[in-house]
Amino acid sequence: MNLEIPKKFKGIQNFATIAAKTIFRPISRKYDVEEHTYPVELDLFAAGLNGMNDGSEGSIGGASSKKEDVSDGQVHNGGNMANCINIQAMCYGDVGLLLSIPGQGLGNSAISAVANTEQLKRFSKTWAAMAITEPNCGSDSSAITTTARKEGDFYYLNGEKIFITSGERANAVVVWATLDKEIGKAAIKSFVVEKGTPGMQLVRLEKKLGIRASDTAAIVFTECKVPAENLLGSPEIDIKKGFGGVMETFDNTRPFVASMANGVAEAAIERTKELLQDKINLDYKTPINNVKSVEAEIYKMEAEYEAARLLTLKAAWMADNRKPNSLEASICKAKAARITNQLTLKCVELCSSLGYSYNELLEKWARDSKILDIFEGTQQIQQLIIARRLLRKSSAELK
Amino acid sequence: MVKEEKKRGKKSDLPYATYFEYYNQFLDSKFAKTLNLRKLSERFVYEGTKNGIKVANAASKVFKSNSKKPERLDPQKNTDLFDLNYSDEQKMIQQTIQQFAVKMRNAAEKIDDVFTIDESLWNEFNELQLGYLQVPEVFGGMMKEKSTTTQMMMVEELAYGDLGQALAFFTRHSVLNAIVNFGSDGQQADLIPAFLQENPAIASIAINEPTPLFSPYELSTKAEKKENVYVINGIKNIVPLANKSAYFLLAAETNDKGIQLFIVDKNSKGLSVNPERTMGLNAAEMCELTLKNVEVDSSAMLGGTDGIAYNEFIDYCKLGWCALAVGCCQAVLDYVIPYANDRYAFGEPISNRQAVAFMIADVKIELESMRILTQRAAAKAEQGLDFEKEVYLAHVLCAEKCMQIGSNGVQLLGGHGFVRDFPVERWYRDLRAVSIAVNGVHL
Repeated sequence: MNLEIPKKFKGIQNFATIAAKTIFRPISRKYDVEEHTYPVELDLFAAGLNGMNDGSEGSIGGASSKKEDVSDGQVHNGGNMANCINIQAMCYGDVGLLLSIPGQGLGNSAISAVANTEQLKRFSKTWAAMAITEPNCGSDSSAITTTARKEGDFYYLNGEKIFITSGERANAVVVWATLDKEIGKAAIKSFVVEKGTPGMQLVRLEKKLGIRASDTAAIVFTECKVPAENLLGSPEIDIKKGFGGVMETFDNTRPFVASMANGVAEAAIERTKELLQDKINLDYKTPINNVKSVEAEIYKMEAEYEAARLLTLKAAWMADNRKPNSLEASICKAKAARITNQLTLKCVELCSSLGYSYNELLEKWARDSKILDIFEGTQQIQQLIIARRLLRKSSAELK
Repeated sequence: MVKEEKKRGKKSDLPYATYFEYYNQFLDSKFAKTLNLRKLSERFVYEGTKNGIKVANAASKVFKSNSKKPERLDPQKNTDLFDLNYSDEQKMIQQTIQQFAVKMRNAAEKIDDVFTIDESLWNEFNELQLGYLQVPEVFGGMMKEKSTTTQMMMVEELAYGDLGQALAFFTRHSVLNAIVNFGSDGQQADLIPAFLQENPAIASIAINEPTPLFSPYELSTKAEKKENVYVINGIKNIVPLANKSAYFLLAAETNDKGIQLFIVDKNSKGLSVNPERTMGLNAAEMCELTLKNVEVDSSAMLGGTDGIAYNEFIDYCKLGWCALAVGCCQAVLDYVIPYANDRYAFGEPISNRQAVAFMIADVKIELESMRILTQRAAAKAEQGLDFEKEVYLAHVLCAEKCMQIGSNGVQLLGGHGFVRDFPVERWYRDLRAVSIAVNGVHL
């Protein structure tokens, strides 16, 4: 049994940490203040990344989770774990900027999870955003109302999508739409809609509480004409398989979102300890009830953070070894997101008005962290998934 | 579920039959064969009966050093890969203990009432001969390398059966671990063999003192060096199985070597042992020890003349308490799931309600958090790495979350949770000890 990060990933971890410190942190506040301004610094960075990713085991960002052969009976530490380590290190720099790295959209994860070989190749250089949420449907993605109507070799999309991360900047958007509203979940398919497709209109960019460096778009589709070969996976409506296909994307990405939270948590704890260094003495020996209140808070935050970090690595390790990890993926997402939100707020409090001021990044991290407990499945949705699994309940029984 | 309960009840009517069934399975396993357990155990059963009686006084004397280096287990090598799998051997041991834990669970309610584990269960536990999984080969055990994760897993599985009994059963094995980890050559040679006998010695670790805001690093128990002896004065409490122990590993602040542990014979002059009722852990037969000018030879200081790094000793104790907490909280989770599914209110199972279901989800989330921090600390310890920070954080988390889980366990059963027909109120009382106790367990 070993729970340390393997040496072979130290290289990527170090690289990502250096990038976080030298590229992300210096521009972190700038793009927080100048919301909707494109962070041009990331172009150069992304170009370097793409070169590097072609040959490495795990890529940076959420794009690829290459399927490796693990049938040899040995333990594997592979792409999922590398990704988690990377993402955490990057988000230790800035989570909003990580979400803005060109070519690393959530849509890319969807493509790699459900696309066929031809599509994988065709979209390999595409930066794809993800469009699921609608004004009247969030967590309940089976209730989406955007429709896709087939005519000849094209699908015609109609509907409105909101909260699309990088929706303006990406080259394409993966859109969830239903082939037949009556059939429900099984009829939901995802379509790659390339930028500039007639009938696709960007209606606004949201102003947000945090992750302001990342653009969040609302897009309206009106008789938007998409080539039939852009439907990801099978065009057939398979009632049995139903939602499985599209939901696979989330099993893959929940540990990555947990890693984002872990990066923010790590940054906040580290900075808080620096600012408090003359006021605290952490010996990791004295019982927690016998230390100063501020020291006790820091111990608790570190314990929670370590638990979240290790639970995330566990979920990734299971994925790398082809163990079903849907439960563990939800556990790490639920844990990491909620403790990061709580502890970043606590760090602001502990550092008083210094923490509240724009002179430090603590208040920014406390704003950024809230979204992590919302997107890719809210805290409550994760609890539902976990509870249904433990109690063996269907979604009809445990609503 | 009711059916299963009955089945189990039937089985326990013939405890020995079922016991031998699985014990023989264990002996016949690949694991036992590889390690030659059957041969070893047969030999020691014989030698045990031959020499078994003189154990009790082993501690009262001078521990002669042959100026040899004490035997220490080598750090476990690892492949540098992140890996949460137990080895095949570990899984084998885990199964064996899980089977025993079923008996612990069945006996728990009665033991909680009568404040002692009955002899037949003790005998069954002794026959597991867990000592072989701790003792270095030189002394007739099976071990070459440290196996902290195995110890953690064993304690966790025992606590899944019952926390109080787990503490009682593992009290002696904790002292054995401490002697393997920290004893001088003379102490090891004198004390270790008794742990491999058929009916091994019982000994207990005594660190806690009856004072608010107790810290193991601020002791009122003092040991004053006078020529060849230390004179010890003070009070220790919540010492498990103190009345059954032959000796104690007892912490005291010396006037020359900081805080150290002493091997103190139970029959020492000036030492009195008094039973003490506590909120829970009844199976562990807690006692208070009063020491008035108790003299021990200076060679009875754990580790010999230089003593030991006391903080490391404490770290292994905390690790043990984390493992106990994890095991008991798993028991809570596995109990509330079927309860919430079977219990109807307003025409449907209460688990159909988010207020109930989310509580159970949270129990799972925090239990896994406790477990993974405990595993990390144990894995580092096993590899011979510094694990002070890891075990501290694991203990901070376990202390807080296990009580939350214990409390929610009662809450989820409502009024039933409050009555003693159901085990959750016992777990609630037992789990309160996790953030308090240092005594008794050492991995």
